[in-house]
This record gives sequence, structure tokens and C-alpha cells, in this order.
Amino acid sequence: MSVAHAHVREPEAHRVGFVRRYIFSQDHKIIGLQYLMTSLVMAAVGGVLAMLIRMQLGWPGHQWGLVRWLFPGGFTDAGVMKPDFYLAVVTMHGTIMIFFVLTTALSGGFGNFLIPLTIGARDMAFPFLNMLSYWLYPPAIVVLLAAFFVTGGAPNSGWTAYPPLSALAQAAPGSGLGQTLWLVSLGILIVAFLFGSLNYITTVLQLRTRGMAMTRLPLVTWAQFITAVLMLLSFPVLLAAVIMLLFDRHAGTSFFVPSGLVVGGQLVTHQGGNPLLWQHLFWFLGHPEVYVLILPPMGIVSEVLAVHGRKPIFGYRAMVLSMGAIAFLSFVVWGHHMFTSGMNPLVGTAFMVTTLAIAIPSAVKTFNWLATLWRARIRFTCAMLFAIGFVSLFVTGGLTGLFLGSPAVDTYFQDTFFVVAHFHFVMASAALFGLFAGLYHWFPKMFGRMMDERLGKIHFWLTFVGIYATFFPMHFLGLAGEPRRYYSPQMYEFLRPLQPLNVVVSLAAFGLGLAQLVFVANVIYSLVRGPRAARNPWRANTLEWQADSPPPHGNWGPQLPVVYRWPYDYSVPDAAEDYIPQTAPAAVPAVAGGAADPGHPRTEGS
Amino acid sequence: MADISGETSRRAGRLLAWLIVLVVVGGVASFLAARGRWWMLPAASAHGVDIDRLIYTTLIVTGLAFVLVHLVLAAFVWRYADRGQRAAYWPDNRTLELTYTLVPAAVLTTLILMGSAVWGRLHSPAPPDALTVDVRGEQFGWLFRYPGPDGVFGRTDPAQIRTRDNPMGLDPADPAGADDVVTRELHLPAGRPVHIRLRSKDVLHSFFVPAFRVKQDAVPGMTVDVWFTPTRPGTYELACAELCGVGHYIMRGRIVVESPDAFQAWLARQGR
Amino acid sequence: MSRAPQVLDLPRVPPPPRAAAPGGRGPHDGETAGRPVHPARVAVWLVVAAVVVLFAAFTSTYLARRAEPDWAPVAMPRILWASTAVILASSATLAASLRAGRRGDRAGLRRGLAATAALGALFLTCQVLGWRNLAAAGVFLASSPHSAFFYLLTGTHGLHLAGGLGALLYALARSGAPVEQALDAAEPAATYWHALAGLWLYVFVILFGL
Repeated sequence: MSVAHAHVREPEAHRVGFVRRYIFSQDHKIIGLQYLMTSLVMAAVGGVLAMLIRMQLGWPGHQWGLVRWLFPGGFTDAGVMKPDFYLAVVTMHGTIMIFFVLTTALSGGFGNFLIPLTIGARDMAFPFLNMLSYWLYPPAIVVLLAAFFVTGGAPNSGWTAYPPLSALAQAAPGSGLGQTLWLVSLGILIVAFLFGSLNYITTVLQLRTRGMAMTRLPLVTWAQFITAVLMLLSFPVLLAAVIMLLFDRHAGTSFFVPSGLVVGGQLVTHQGGNPLLWQHLFWFLGHPEVYVLILPPMGIVSEVLAVHGRKPIFGYRAMVLSMGAIAFLSFVVWGHHMFTSGMNPLVGTAFMVTTLAIAIPSAVKTFNWLATLWRARIRFTCAMLFAIGFVSLFVTGGLTGLFLGSPAVDTYFQDTFFVVAHFHFVMASAALFGLFAGLYHWFPKMFGRMMDERLGKIHFWLTFVGIYATFFPMHFLGLAGEPRRYYSPQMYEFLRPLQPLNVVVSLAAFGLGLAQLVFVANVIYSLVRGPRAARNPWRANTLEWQADSPPPHGNWGPQLPVVYRWPYDYSVPDAAEDYIPQTAPAAVPAVAGGAADPGHPRTEGS
Repeated sequence: MADISGETSRRAGRLLAWLIVLVVVGGVASFLAARGRWWMLPAASAHGVDIDRLIYTTLIVTGLAFVLVHLVLAAFVWRYADRGQRAAYWPDNRTLELTYTLVPAAVLTTLILMGSAVWGRLHSPAPPDALTVDVRGEQFGWLFRYPGPDGVFGRTDPAQIRTRDNPMGLDPADPAGADDVVTRELHLPAGRPVHIRLRSKDVLHSFFVPAFRVKQDAVPGMTVDVWFTPTRPGTYELACAELCGVGHYIMRGRIVVESPDAFQAWLARQGR
Repeated sequence: MSRAPQVLDLPRVPPPPRAAAPGGRGPHDGETAGRPVHPARVAVWLVVAAVVVLFAAFTSTYLARRAEPDWAPVAMPRILWASTAVILASSATLAASLRAGRRGDRAGLRRGLAATAALGALFLTCQVLGWRNLAAAGVFLASSPHSAFFYLLTGTHGLHLAGGLGALLYALARSGAPVEQALDAAEPAATYWHALAGLWLYVFVILFGL
């Protein structure tokens, strides 16, 4: 390494003004935190929408005097929620939570913050592009939320935006300008995601520090890398679909709108499109997107279980291979969202095989986490509680996937609350727990202060109980056949007995929502009053814990760290400490027999 | 840092273990309790019984996995809290990993084989003696059409649709349509296969009869075929299961299954 | 897990420092252990992958739609043959340009880049003329499924090629730098350009050759 360059990147050399440091920053850590904080704000928005949904479903037709004033236009003068407003809320809740909260927080937030730190780089490969990626996100939010305030309101077509409902302005109130804004917003966000994933992949491939072979990457970084590949190869498909739907809406083309439709008493002029094409394109993105949401939490949880269990993650190689298998298979399972759509039944059988196949690597990961806990030395920190909670929720949500992956069974459950229960367990609950585990774990590194463990534990107990109380009863709503996206189930005799259950779900959801205020309080309190964090408060091995808390611009001092071992040397027999950082030269634990990379005898890059 | 490994941590571990046990007990108990009240309607079609058997099989398999995994998790959480012991250095074990790759694979293969058999029966061609009915979804209701005595459906043309006197859009130029019977209620003879030709006037809908375990999307621009055999006379509810606009939740249909004689009598009355 | 004493197969001393690459490699001055390749040379393949997926999405939809019985094809504007010839020629000049650059012939590199950019502009002109010919014949975006896909695919391809033109001009501007740095700009631009030339052939064939 040339000495001439070695000290150029010292923190002192980086003196820039406030705006370039904290707002238009090109520092991956600031960008990561920007993504994270913006996502948490959006989570609050999406959470409020969820509460509105539960208000309506718990007490359909109830007159909400006070709430009416908060959402003028959404309620009648008597205070009853309007059906189109309900659908707008459902649509925006799904869209916000999936694209604007979980994707942005888990990939944009943790990916940005952790990738360069865990591979021993000073920043991303393309810092400017990275800044651009973040700064496309707020405009996308503005455009999306603007849909609430235009004529007709926000889109009514669900987060899946199936045409012709989403294609024809006369099909629903929200299918006017609101739907166009939704599409444009998604287009902007897709570009942001593509910039991000381009950066992540290049950075992991090119900027690993000396000794950091791919086989020594922490699993959290592997997860981010594989997620980035998934995003790069799936989001362009949604972009294509968005462009075509915009053309259908505004240029008179007929990609998705068939001939001979009569909507609102008018013969539609479009000719010759096919609505199923949208579904194929949407779910070709949509299913990898599910794994875009769950792979990063899987990585986070693997990390947290090892660090706070003081034990090597079990089956590192199987963990990486199973994530790869999940990523690959996620591209060939999209049809299981379309078993009842009218596609060829033979194709349905093929999609059943791929879908149940993807359960195998998921099962392997679960068993590996369990094996990691066996004979561990568990410290029940908040991060660890959320990580173990993740395993429970992932198992519960994953198992109901076996119902929905079988087309004959799915014939009954498709588009019922059973599906809502399933994806809220895996996507909302498990992914959310991964997010919390990551926040509690890396908060000291992000902000240089410890989070309050007592408030954090209260947050965990309330959230864990609240999540099960909210989403588990939805299985019964689904078994009884309640379709999702119903403004009110009261019209059907067979759904009326379910009302007490809906009240239970709503009350639990309110409690769950309120419990998150504990988290908000904890973040604010800890940012201001939390004790200063040491470099390595959890005594962890990975590189980010060898940097200052928080790391300075450029992350490392004059010299980059050098890596000598895999990230999971915890509780190595005969070693002095129960952890050996990746930077510890091999000479230190040479007394110990098991210090070498156990499963990876040939990891040296040279 | 004071207490990440002390008594507070161990107490949290014990509480977590109990909570996980509570999840198992609560989960199983709530399923048993829900069976009386919040459950599937009794199956009223021939293949509904097959689907139910598949659902119960899957429920048993997943229920066992749910209970076992959670109990193991609770046991580990309880047993391996930090009491100053040294954790095991146990990074992998090929045999174990191979085992828990192959066992789920075998279980899943069984489920696939069972599932594809039922799925294949569901989507086999409708039997030749089936009663053919045209079903059309629209915002927000259902329209049914029987071919009439000639057994042939007349041509339809969207441009001919008049809400009041020609909701189906029958083409008056086609003589085959003259005896077609268009109704707002679906009557079916018990015990005879029904072949539904599903279409949509405007946006996506889904023909969902919970008691028959039938669900099939109506796709604008396509005719989708689905068949089933209602077995038990009675009145059933037809719901729309694909978001179709503001009135999605009121798109309710009524299905009456009756004896073949009663059905013929009803059909004859509709002809006027 | 066998607990037999293992021989450490890790280096006991830090590996010798990697020779610093002259002139710096990428934004972090060669400190990293990655191959001494400019990140842009890697990133461009990812961009190509994303663009290919985008076109795969469009064209799979096209092929599915085309298979339906009511398909009515639009007559091809003759000028697309010229477009095709031009873009193939541009790929050739670009390849020659890079060969010159790798020999250290900076003038050759510049000449080739300039010629390629000019041919690229000519290609875009031909495409616009093709659009105008079709419009003059009364075939517009919404006229038929085939015409919609024609405008969509050529338009998307044209926009991406315009981006490639920008990259070529950037490479041209950088061609005054030492040859190795000039190539760090030119090579990724070339990868992207060749990919778009290939994509055009694909789009051309499936739009009018099937």
C-alpha cells in the first residue's frame, strides 16, 4: 500500500459543512441512518393507517366523531368511514409498509450502514450514486402521499394494483390521479433501489479489505449482498409493468386492458390487452420482494444469535447456501399468487413444486438457528429477545405457507384473511422483529450511545404478545372464509359470527400500536441520555465493532483493518476470551486447536 | 453494560421461555376452541371433501412442526441462559444438517403428491353430463345464464348491454339466444356436476363459494372454466374474492341447491 | 465436530502488502484486497443485467401477447435496416477504438470514441425517422398492440442508448488522462454500448423477424 495515500483519508482531512455532512452526505453511515430514520417515520404513517383499518373492521359503520376531523373527506358527516377511503387506506398501508418501510429500512438502512463497515471499507464504491439513491426516496414519499389529497383520493386497487381496476379511471374513485401518483412514486423508488443494489454488489465484490474472503463475510453482509442481487434482477420487471400501466392509463395503449369492457355503463375503448400479464410481471417482482424483506432480517438474526449466544453460528456454509437457494427459487415461485387467476392448471402444479421446495432452505435456516442456541451462553439483551422472537414468528408464518403453496388448499384460502395472517407473520412480524433486533444491536455503533435495556424489554414483551394476539386470530377469520379487502363483512351471513373475533384483533392491534410508543420513547431517551457506548459493547468479532462508536468519516484510522479469520470464533476452547475478533492475527489463539476457520480450510484469497 | 449477563438477563430468559410455551398452548387451544365457532362451513360439494382432507393433513403436519420447534426453542432458551458456563464451540455437523434437510424434503414431497392429485381432479375437464351455466361478474353483482331448451348459449356483445332489459348483452341477431334464461340468482340441481363458464363485464372478480370450496377469478377478456358437484340441498352464499372496487364487499350472490325436479320447475318459471 | 488438534492453515504473519496500483484504483486508492479493477468495470455489468431484465419483462409480455389469435402486425419502417447497420458499425468502431487504447494509442482511442458517438447519434436519428414514418402512415402508439410494443421497445432502447451516448462523451472527455484512466472510463462505456447493440438486434428480430 502506498504510504502517500495512507493518511489522506484520516478524519481530520474531512472537514465539510453541516449540509454536506448530514443532509447531502455521501457518507454511507449517514445515508444508512437517513434511510432508517425516514423509514421509521413512514412506519408511523403506515401504522396509523393500520389502526384505521382495524377501527373499521372491528366496528363497521361506527360513527367516529373525533377521527372524522383528522381525515376530512375520508368520513361521512356522521363520522362513518367511506368505503373508497377504506380501500385507499388498505392500499397505502400495504404499499408504505412493504416498499417505503421494510425495504428501505432493512436494505437501504442496514445495508448502507453495515456493508462497508463489515467488509472493512471506507465507504461504498459509488458514494455519489448512494446519496442520489437516498435522495430519490423523499420525493417518492411526497408523490405517494400526495395521492391522499387529489380528487378521488389515494388508489383503491390494493398494493398489487391489478388492472383493469387500476387502469381505468372510471372503475373506482382512487383510480384517477391517485393511481397515477402511486405508479410514478413507485417508479422513482425503484430507481433508488436499483442505484442502491448496484452499489452494494459492487462494494462487496470490490472493496473487501485484505483477508476478507467471501467465505469470511458475516452472514448479515451475505444477506445484504444476496438481497441486492435479488433487487437488481427483480425491480426492473416492476418498472416495466409500471411503465406499461402508465401508458395504458394515459397514452391509450392496451397492454393490460382487454376489448369489450363496460365500466360505469360506458363501453371502454381499449382493445386487446390481457390483465393476467400484469399479474405475472407484478409477482415476478413481488415474490423476490418478499425475500428482499426477509433475507436481511435473517442475516441480522444470525449475527445477533451468535454474538449474544456467545457461540459460532451453526452451519455457516449451509446458511449461505440456503440463502442462495432461497434467492434463486424466489424467481420461479411467483405463480403461487395466481393459483385461482385462471392460468393453466399444469403450470399451477409446477409452481406448487417450486414453492414447497423453497420451504426446505427456510427449514434448514430455522434448524440452524435452533442448533446455534443449543449449549449456548445466552444473554437476553433486547436484541437477543427480538432475534429469538423472530425465530418463533418466522416458524409460525412459514408453516402457514405450506397451506397456501398447495394450489388445491389455496383454492379455499386465496384472498382470505388466512393469507393476511400468513404474510403478516412472515413479512410484518418476523421482518419487523429482525429490524428491531438489528436496531437494538447496532444502535451503539450508529449513535455512540447504549439503548435503554429496561424500556427495550418492556417494548419486547408488549410487542411479542401483541403480535401473536393480533395476527394469530386472523387464521380463524381466514378458515371461516372472510375475504380480505372487505370494507365490512356484515353483508354475509356466514361472516357475521366472526365479529367478536374482529373486535379482539382490533383491540390487540391498538395495543400493539401503542406499544411502539415505548420504542419511540426509548430511541429519543437513549439518543439524549443513553450511556456512552464503548467500541465493542457486545464483545463481538465482526469488523464494525473494531471501529469507533460511532465510526468517523472513512470508518478506520490511517490503516484499514486486516482480517485473519471467520466472524464466528466465539467460545473457542482454551482461548483467553470468549470471542476472537476477525482482526486478531492467527498467532494469538494458536494455542487453541479450533481457531482456524472450521468449515473453511481454504478461505485465503491468495 | 452492567447487566447484560446477570440476573436481569436470566429472568428475561425464563419469562421468554414461558411466553413461548404460552404461544404453543395458546395456539393449539385456540384452534381447538375455534373449531365450533370460527371455522370452515361444512363442505357441500364433492371435491370440497377432498380439499378438506388436504387442509386437515396439512394442519396436522404444520401443527406438529409448530409445537415441536417452539418447545425445543423454549427448552433451549430456558436451559442455556448465561450462568457463567462456556458455550460449546460447535460450528457445524454435516450429518445433522443433511438430516434436517432431507426430512422436511420428504414431508414436503408427500404433501406435493397429495396436493397435486386433488388439484388435478379439480381441474380435470367437466363431465359431459354437467349442467353448463354462464356466470358473469360485474361491479357489483353476479349474473347467471342458462342455455335454455336448445342447450346452446346465444352470442353476446358488450355493446348491446342495457342494464334494465339486456344486462347480459345478448345479441338479438342470434336465434340461439332467444331461449337463454338470465337470472340474478343461481339455482343448481343437487348431485349433478355444474360447469361454470366464468366471465367479467368490467374488472377482475372472483367466484367464491366457501361451502363448495370453490374459488376462481373472473378475468375480463377471458372465459374461465370451473366445475364442481353440489351435494347438499340448501341456500349458499357466493362472495367476490378479488378486489373489484368500492362495492367489493357487497357483491354477494345467492345460490340455491335443490332437487332436480325443483330445479327444473324453477328454471321453467324463469323462462317467462 | 472433531476436536483433534488442527494445524493452522491461516497465515501466521500478515500477508505482504499488495503492490499499490499506479495512479490509484477507484475511490479508495487501492487499499482493498479486491482485484485491481475499477469498480465501474464491475458495476457496468450489473447495469447491463438490470437493463436486460427490463427488456426481458417487456418482451416476454410482448411474446405472450403476440401468441394470441387476434394479432395484427404493423409493417416495418424500412429505415430500421439502416439503424441496424449503423449500430453494428458503431460497435465495430468502438471495438477498434479500445484496441487502439490498449495499445497506448490515445489518438486512436479518441478517434474511435468520437466516431462511435457520431454513429450513435445517427442511430437515434434513424429511430426518430422510423417513428415519423410510422406516424405518417397513421400508426400511432395506441393503434394496435404491435404498434404499442414497437414504440415502447424502441423508445426504451433509445433512452438507454442516449445514456450510453452520454457515457461515450464522458469517456471522450476523459481521454486526455493517462491511458489507463482513460480506459477506466471507456471500457465500461463500451461494455454498455455493445450490450445495447445486442439488445437492438434482439428487439429488431422479435419485433419484425418472427
